[in-house]
Amino acid sequence: MTGRRTVEVDGTAVAIEPGATILDACRAGGVDVPTLCYLETLTPANACRLCSVEVEGSRTLVPACSRIAEDGMVIRTATDRVRHARRMILEFLAVAVDLTTAPELLEAMAVYGADPSRYGTDDGSPRPDAVVDNDLYVRDLDKCVLCYRCVEACGDDAQHTYAITIADRGAAARVATEFDVALPDSACVFCGNCVAVCPTGALMVKTEFDMRVAGTWHEEAQTVTRTVCGYCGVGCNLDVHVQDGAIVKVTSPFDHDVTAGNLCIKGRFGWTHVRAGVDGA
Amino acid sequence: MFGAGGGTSSYEEIEHTDLIVLWGSNARAAHPIFFHHLLKGIDNGARMIAIDPRRTESAAWADLWLGLDVGTDIALANAVGREIIAAGLTDDEFIARATTGFDAYAESVEPYTLDHAADLTGVPAEAIRELAHAYAKAPTAQLCWTLGITEHHNASDNVFALIDLALLTGHVGRYGSGLVPIRGQNNVQGGGDMGALPNKLPGFQDVADDGARRRFEDAWGCAVPAEPGWHLSQMFEAMERGDLRALYVIGENPAQSEADGTRARRALDGLDHLVVQDIFFTATAELADVVLPAGAAWAESEGTVTSSERRVQRVRRVVPPPGNARDDIDILVDLARRLGHDWGQPTAEEVWDELRSLSPIHAGMSYRRLEELGGIQWPCRDEEDPGSRFLHGRLWEDPPRGPKAPFTPVEHDPPKDELTDDYPIRLTTGRHLDSYNTGVQSGRYRSPRRTGGTIDLSPEDAASMGLAAGERARVISRRGSVVAPVRIDRSLRPGLAFMAFHYPEDVDTNRLTLDEWDPKSGTAEFKATAVRIEREP
Amino acid sequence: MDIRLPMAAATVDERRAVDRILGPPTTGWEGGERRRVDGHVATGGHAARARRHLLLPVLHALQDDIGGISDGALGYVCERLTIPPAEAYGVATFYGLLSVSEVSPTVIHLCDDIVCRTSGAKELFTALADAIGPEGSSDGTRTWHRSNCLGQCDAAPAAFVQEAGVGRRVVVRADLDRLAAGPIDGRDPAYAAIGDAVLTARFGAPDPADLDAYRAVGGYRGLRRALEVGPDAVIAIVEAAGLRGRGGAAFPTGRKWRAVADEEATERYVVCNADESEPGTFKDRMLMERDPFSVVEGLTIAGHATGATKGFIYVRGEYPDAEDRLRAAIAAAEAAGYLGDDVLGSGFPFRIEVRRGAGAYICGEETALFESIEGRRGEPRAKPPYPTTVGLFGRPTAVNNVETLAAAVAIVAEVPGAADTKLFCVSGDVDAAGVVEAPFGVTVRELLTVAGSSHPPQAVLFGGAAGRFLAPAEWDVPLGYGPPSPPMGSGAVVAFGPGVDMDDIVQRIAEFFRDESCGQCVPCREGTVRQDETLRRLVAGADERGLLDEIAQVMRDASICGLGQTAAEAVSSAIALGLVGGAR
Ligand SMILES: Cc1cc2nc3c(=O)[nH]c(=O)nc-3n(C[C@H](O)[C@H](O)[C@H](O)COP(=O)(O)O)c2cc1C
Ligand code: SF4
Ligand code: SF4
Ligand code: SF4
Ligand code: FES
Repeated sequence: MTGRRTVEVDGTAVAIEPGATILDACRAGGVDVPTLCYLETLTPANACRLCSVEVEGSRTLVPACSRIAEDGMVIRTATDRVRHARRMILEFLAVAVDLTTAPELLEAMAVYGADPSRYGTDDGSPRPDAVVDNDLYVRDLDKCVLCYRCVEACGDDAQHTYAITIADRGAAARVATEFDVALPDSACVFCGNCVAVCPTGALMVKTEFDMRVAGTWHEEAQTVTRTVCGYCGVGCNLDVHVQDGAIVKVTSPFDHDVTAGNLCIKGRFGWTHVRAGVDGA
Repeated sequence: MFGAGGGTSSYEEIEHTDLIVLWGSNARAAHPIFFHHLLKGIDNGARMIAIDPRRTESAAWADLWLGLDVGTDIALANAVGREIIAAGLTDDEFIARATTGFDAYAESVEPYTLDHAADLTGVPAEAIRELAHAYAKAPTAQLCWTLGITEHHNASDNVFALIDLALLTGHVGRYGSGLVPIRGQNNVQGGGDMGALPNKLPGFQDVADDGARRRFEDAWGCAVPAEPGWHLSQMFEAMERGDLRALYVIGENPAQSEADGTRARRALDGLDHLVVQDIFFTATAELADVVLPAGAAWAESEGTVTSSERRVQRVRRVVPPPGNARDDIDILVDLARRLGHDWGQPTAEEVWDELRSLSPIHAGMSYRRLEELGGIQWPCRDEEDPGSRFLHGRLWEDPPRGPKAPFTPVEHDPPKDELTDDYPIRLTTGRHLDSYNTGVQSGRYRSPRRTGGTIDLSPEDAASMGLAAGERARVISRRGSVVAPVRIDRSLRPGLAFMAFHYPEDVDTNRLTLDEWDPKSGTAEFKATAVRIEREP
Repeated sequence: MDIRLPMAAATVDERRAVDRILGPPTTGWEGGERRRVDGHVATGGHAARARRHLLLPVLHALQDDIGGISDGALGYVCERLTIPPAEAYGVATFYGLLSVSEVSPTVIHLCDDIVCRTSGAKELFTALADAIGPEGSSDGTRTWHRSNCLGQCDAAPAAFVQEAGVGRRVVVRADLDRLAAGPIDGRDPAYAAIGDAVLTARFGAPDPADLDAYRAVGGYRGLRRALEVGPDAVIAIVEAAGLRGRGGAAFPTGRKWRAVADEEATERYVVCNADESEPGTFKDRMLMERDPFSVVEGLTIAGHATGATKGFIYVRGEYPDAEDRLRAAIAAAEAAGYLGDDVLGSGFPFRIEVRRGAGAYICGEETALFESIEGRRGEPRAKPPYPTTVGLFGRPTAVNNVETLAAAVAIVAEVPGAADTKLFCVSGDVDAAGVVEAPFGVTVRELLTVAGSSHPPQAVLFGGAAGRFLAPAEWDVPLGYGPPSPPMGSGAVVAFGPGVDMDDIVQRIAEFFRDESCGQCVPCREGTVRQDETLRRLVAGADERGLLDEIAQVMRDASICGLGQTAAEAVSSAIALGLVGGAR
């Protein structure tokens, strides 16, 4: 089928292209839908369900990020059922996961009135520590919401290295290497493309991690400048984050068609030769 | 390619092509993000055929890998060409309309039967046949290469042999079909764009072209020589002859990056005057009379670079250069002033705008548009021009605009550094993913993957030499020797060894390599050295 | 693919186990001897990656022969199949019957689910703990684990035993002696019929794998007729009979077949869902063990109707006898021309491959089942697209339950009563647990009566763990598809006698979903944990009904698949009926 379609979002008609998702339709209609596992550059994992909306005629709620909008669909994003689902999902996450470095989720919790304390499950038992097994990035699985983004970025959607996977199942499911070996012993090539997509800070570049531990990480005082990687001839765009005159982190724009947010180890981490950055030299 | 020096295609096209031929390129390690685009192509169903002496991490992705002997690319390409012709798989219409010299080419490849090529290359005839048929029959095909093709004494011939295949089959000038050399360094393409070639003015305008030269002379108010200059290998010969007495090196480390490093250092040492402008105190800088500390182009200065898909993009000053280091433009302007020319105090954008006024293929690329469009691919002739995704579409017009594309017959010419009983192992060189060139930049971050300089051997050779992983071995070529720990690598076959060249401080690989260079491009033969390996007590 | 293998090497035995499935490696690049020519040519790419679906069979072979999967063995598997080790590890750890953490000669899985735990399983745990040690520990040769329902509720308590290098066996009416004994001879099937015996008609056959005997009582009449009348007519017949899927979702079978037949595709598949793992359910096992040809014939008819030339039967890993019977039946059918390049000379080519599940309830969900066959973690896919459009290996696929296929055979063969019969699994506190075949309209009370019960139960769970507890008034409601009947689910009827601790039962159901969630989506992964924990507080006396309701609602509303969507049904119904905790 070709030709444009029309759907109704919260009572307003919205015209969309064929193949557009409900999320696309909502955004086109100016309606905000929270997402967590969804990222433009990745295949929808469809896992967090935070984007759930009501679609007339559907028994269950529908994930906006991955469902293709059909002509004539009637979509509701602000019903009690939708709000309830989002609040519960946020509570579930907050109970199970340390969200302190996921500001967007904390904000959403306020919006939806999520109250994790009513589960009464925080028994004060110690949370696992972050795993520091290399000098480039750190994994803190206590902050992991299992959004699958890192696995997709390491796998089919970008890097195709498949160094990490989801292991085990159910509540025990976790991001892991084979036999849980340390990253340097795994297939990991330290591109950091997993770090780039992690929404919660469960994966964090070491410079940021160390500065946060030291209390010197001040995002509001940082500038971000776009330039081009100085290594090979592919021409990857870099967003260089600078604090107090020193480079503290390098990322790549998700909306640039050369990298789609990805880099290799040299581009993402090989900048310490420019000034003694925080990593020393 | 047929004129302007740039790849014909965009990265995006490899995502939508039917066949990817990766020839002499370990892009997985050397060009990781280009390889992302290639992988998308594979995910979208493209077949991939890799041609490389090693079954590299790139070749491991291929549906078919052809492990040819080092330096036999032309024999293989010519056999592919012959098979395409013999099997009647040529694109005759395209050949007739858009090319010249087919008959001579056909005649020249006639001796390269599948069996003969199998003898020369080591690759089974059946696999060569499959490559030929796959390439000729694919609706679209991208032929990509890097230094495995160009770091040979006959580099240009290697490239011609590949271009000939594209002309035979019409795999150029169409979306999804093209010739794709991927550049090893971030602005090699831009250097060419800007005329850092012995025979070109900026924008690939020939120095011999009077009209072009005159425009530059008018703009610059001085005479521009009409004769080509020297390329790098010629410069070294001139140094040795004593014809070249002073050298100004900007952002290069020839003391370590040149083949036959011992000889290169001797030549640099013999200069009357050596000026080095670099962001590091490199081994070359150590030999210099004057060192001009510069800012890192990608993070400490403003300007543009050009990528392997001819895309011009902006680099920006992220942090100021440290200490006494200065922007390249400032240094050059100051130097000119001391030499009696006042160029004022131009900004990077003003310099660029002058270039745009002189180089038609860059004319439409204002800083504003570069910013807005995230880079523009040349040619981009005016401010309405969106840039060019692929080149040579003109060959598909009837009749084609501009000159036809010529076939260039070339002959197999084995590596100069012969294998003998004394030097029985073929050593080839290449890159590691986490390192870069001579390691001056990449050596400074803490890569968990860094192996350092090793001599990589096949399990069979290591066993027969009685060497275990981690043991130290001496690698001896006709020019020098180095000691390195042994790494055992199953991607190597018996008789083939590999070293990276990123660790000259520890393992100076280029002491071994031969600086037999290609007369047309000036590239030296890094990829084919004859060595002997001995256990180091 | 540029995979990086673990350093450890596989042992000779491990390689032999893998090669048993894949054949010996043919090149140096896939783990064989490095030949001269390997230095100059290699194939791989798409063709190599297309072998991914062999992963689970190979992992099974290692588990069967060695008793676990070491890093060296996994590396060899990865080398053979071009699979990144992390991915293979992710797959291996998904499944309950595969062990990557330990290699143990004997692993005993002892059912502690809702039927077995009221039939002596708890006593057996104590005995095993005394004999071997706590759950998960080893006495050097044996380890034991608790298991969810093993589908042997008609002969509880049950155990499933994996013996490396020996085989797998089921122990029913388990006690320590029977656990230690070798294979025990097949038991008498427990079944009965109210009205016409259609699906159970052949359950008494002395040798269910005897093709001639099958034919003598009308076997393969359905396929012959199907080949005669053609696919369209077959679909029309099945539609007219009103056959609905017996796997739980009750989707009209004819409509499903037509959808697949109507897809434009060069390849399509039919799949028999024989992963039966719904607690209290064992009818599919009985069908496969007692009447395997009907399943094979049914799948052949489905293939013919939909235009598929390849069928898969995905058998639950804990059903070794059913798997053996099916394999034997397929071999016999192939030898006799009922399967093969030219089925019965009709020009229709059709083959069937048996795939074994590896201990994951979720793999009964049709799209999780596809993932599992394809060699991935059994995580359900988003629907739409539905399997009829994008199914196994991305092709249009019709998935049918075992019983659905058996019923389709009877319908196409025009067996009287074929359109009006259903298998129920009656177990728990009854005299004679077993499969009861009955026409629609039968009531729970009638089913219980057939099974015999000296006292009225205090509770009845209908439809499995994903079903719900019925109020006594509902015990007399005629059963069928749609109101007033409660949802049919798997057709399981589990009775709980007066002495049963219902808190414990309901808690076990909550645990079941917590353990069996694939973990993919937040509402289910976290919701089932919170439900289990909150229910615990409710049982302890806190009034947590409100929170449980809220948890139930988000699981029902926002979970990806049926598991999460139904994970609160039983718990909610138990609370509503006052069977559990604070409401009493
Ligand atoms: C968690 C879950 C488990 C399931 N398990 C089974 C099963 O073991 N056997 C089965 O036939 N269907 C099972 N189903 C239903 C299947 O998804 C599918 O609907 C069924 O196999 C279709 O066959 P039918 O139409 O013949 O019933 C399950 C569904 C869910 C959500
Ligand atoms: S750094 Fe790169 S290779 Fe390593 S786990 Fe992350 S995405 Fe994968
Ligand atoms: S580590 Fe980060 S990106 Fe990966 S699953 Fe967890 S939250 Fe998502
Ligand atoms: S509902 Fe549960 S079992 Fe189903 S996909 Fe979600 S987590 Fe997995
Ligand atoms: S954003 Fe849609 S399911 Fe996560």
